[in-house]
Amino acid sequence: MPSIEKNGLKVWQVRDQKAQLTRWGMWFALVVAFVWSWQAISDNTLWALMGNVGEVTVDIAGRAVPPRWSYMDKLWKPIWDTLNIATLGTVISLFIAVPVAFMAARNTTPSRVFVRPIALLIIVSSRSVNSLIWALLFVSIVGPGVFAGLLAISIRSIGFCAKLLYEAIEEIDENQVEAITATGAKRWQIMVYGIVPQIMPAFAGIAVFRWDINIRESTVLGLVGAGGIGLQLSSSLNTIAWPQVSLILLVILVAVVISEWVSAKVRGAII
Amino acid sequence: MLQLNGLTKVYNTGDKALSDVTLSIPKGQVVALIGPSGAGKSTLIRCVNRLVEPTSGSAVLDDVNITTLGSGRLRKMRRRMGMIFQEYALVERLTVMENVLSGRLGYVGFWRSFLRKFPQSDVDEAYRLLDRVGLLAMADKRADELSGGQRQRVGICRALIQDPSLLLVDEPTASLDPKTSRQIMRLICELCEERGLAAIINIHDVALAQMFVERVIGLETGKVVFDGGPTELTPEVLTQIYGEEDWEATIEKVEDEDEEAKA
Amino acid sequence: MSVALDSKLGTAWKKPPFISSRRVRIGFLIVALLYLFLATLGTKGLANWLAVFGIVEEGFKFGRIDRFFSGIDVNWSRIERGLARGMQFIEGFMNPDFTSRLDDIKQGMYESVVMTVASTVVGIGISIPIALGAARNIAPLPVYLFCRFVITVSRALNELIVAIILVAILGFGPLAGFITLSFATIGFLAKLLAEEIEDMNKVQAEAVQSTGASWLQRINFGVQPQVMPRLIGLSMYRLDINFRESAVLGLVGAGGIGATLNTAFDRYEFGTVAAILLIIIATVMVLEYLSGIIRARIK
Repeated sequence: MPSIEKNGLKVWQVRDQKAQLTRWGMWFALVVAFVWSWQAISDNTLWALMGNVGEVTVDIAGRAVPPRWSYMDKLWKPIWDTLNIATLGTVISLFIAVPVAFMAARNTTPSRVFVRPIALLIIVSSRSVNSLIWALLFVSIVGPGVFAGLLAISIRSIGFCAKLLYEAIEEIDENQVEAITATGAKRWQIMVYGIVPQIMPAFAGIAVFRWDINIRESTVLGLVGAGGIGLQLSSSLNTIAWPQVSLILLVILVAVVISEWVSAKVRGAII
Repeated sequence: MLQLNGLTKVYNTGDKALSDVTLSIPKGQVVALIGPSGAGKSTLIRCVNRLVEPTSGSAVLDDVNITTLGSGRLRKMRRRMGMIFQEYALVERLTVMENVLSGRLGYVGFWRSFLRKFPQSDVDEAYRLLDRVGLLAMADKRADELSGGQRQRVGICRALIQDPSLLLVDEPTASLDPKTSRQIMRLICELCEERGLAAIINIHDVALAQMFVERVIGLETGKVVFDGGPTELTPEVLTQIYGEEDWEATIEKVEDEDEEAKA
Repeated sequence: MSVALDSKLGTAWKKPPFISSRRVRIGFLIVALLYLFLATLGTKGLANWLAVFGIVEEGFKFGRIDRFFSGIDVNWSRIERGLARGMQFIEGFMNPDFTSRLDDIKQGMYESVVMTVASTVVGIGISIPIALGAARNIAPLPVYLFCRFVITVSRALNELIVAIILVAILGFGPLAGFITLSFATIGFLAKLLAEEIEDMNKVQAEAVQSTGASWLQRINFGVQPQVMPRLIGLSMYRLDINFRESAVLGLVGAGGIGATLNTAFDRYEFGTVAAILLIIIATVMVLEYLSGIIRARIK
């Protein structure tokens, strides 16, 4: 235990002086960073307009309630589209993510020098860009609509699924693979008998997990014109139709809760 | 039948696991390979079927030099060497039957194995083997539902269905309790006798080895330091292999057990 | 040879199916195929296929539901035109343009960083008490239910939707983005932290309690040391996520680099788009690298 001499007495301390100083330094840096950030936000905010925030909130809330239930007729189709974007997007991304994951995992990659970096690059670039930005891009390439949303969700999900999957592949029990190799099995047979059964639970878990996330993400893709219920949200916002906005938000909330429940059930059944 | 000539393995780290191992095993002979941990027992049997590539020397099985085979011919050769593992190494999420049939992978094409459409003769043989080890009723259970001893029996079936002429057995009893260990060793030796198989059995339990095999090879830091019958394992020999220790108890215990077995 | 073996020899072997009931299995398959059909090709595609097998006549219509199950419209001529734009985008990546919108990019990045830092700090500050409240092993039931409710609401609402509402109330600018990200941080951090507290070693906390320590002392000595590494790791991870999210909040007017990105897309300035995306990717990678180092050091 570190201790220091103070007035001829030993005083016990948890940390020695240097560590103590570093700790204080880090806290200080954190506080400075926060104050500076807050200052910057504050500078960019017209506080004069904030006086009536309460009124505005009450006003909007008043207009938004009750939701316009009759608008539901027009929402069934966008809900169906949203579901399709999320589900098909997950399926498509899995088809691509599986080979990418096998190329990225250290123990299954055909070449660590050439193939693995490419696979990792695919994963990183897919993951770093938000699905909404992918949607912006695809809207400008294939035009607005469900197809752009589907592409955006698929591309964004590849990195996510491939990353989790290749980590699962790297964690498999090599003994089982060795045993299959020892029988004289061919490369693909080793894959199907030695590796695939081991990663099946991880694969199913990842698929359901990503599907759940994709439901959430596809509800807002419409804001940039990529189909789904977000389109209705966007147009309702533009026409300041608050009763419709509140209904759509309610629908999204219900959809998210249901998808979370479904994914929890499915994951429970698999594992 | 199996001839090892100057087999040497140096790992990338510079560790010399095997140095100049030369021995020959005739058809149908069961050999126990004893030695302390790290003596190179596992490396030796893995160099035979080239799960580990030997650095130099050769392994010749029935006049075929395994060490120089290309990958296609190596796979054909591996079919003739059944392997049994320490931690069973069953594919846990597959059924017992699939695990047994996986021993036939070297004989069937990819799509047949992918669709689990094995030839009827293979299926029949799998049933016969499972019956022989007493696990016929478990055929459609998943491997991770079985106990340790049962899993090792499945591992034995998987090796035997390859129709091998040599068994490579890596610490078959290391994860089992003493009673099951003996049952498994007895089963392996019986099956070898029934089928006229040669076998190399890595084992660290000297008493167990003496009980069942006709020949013992002692390995110490990658070199063969003993080669002889089980009764020739004197305290001096064991000291040479494992280092100083009171060996009398170990050896006496074996004799007691042999008496029991005869009685 | 046993009787059981005799009865099995010569019989075919099949892998026991995942779903044991044959009816359920086939029903499941049909539903899945039907869904795939309706979702991709729509009822029109289904009618075409049924016509091929002679089940319905050529040009069969399902009626009103044809409009609902329209499948995915792929406008090939639009894509053909768009491909040129796709090429421009790829060219933009080959040759990113950092300079012509430098001021906008600087301002956007500045706002993004500021929002990220402020919201992460505030979010963590609020998450800790909520996490303590949401851990069943140290919080009383009413507090537990309330904190769990806050977490659920935060997780259920997409950041972008929260941002839209806040922009409507507070006006454009980083304040809306800051509050959005702080709120989202709570759902993420408090949930994972609460789970960590629930999983922690009970004996250590009990040992501290047995010394007669007060509730706060118990938290400080029994709980905090156990969950601190996880808290720091999660905070670093959330910093990373908040930065990525701050890049899209600008699309709805909540400040940050997203606004600059959106403008660049609108003007088809793919060089600038590429430059911004590269900056985002680079920042994310640096953050991931840093958090990796920090997490490794505290373990």
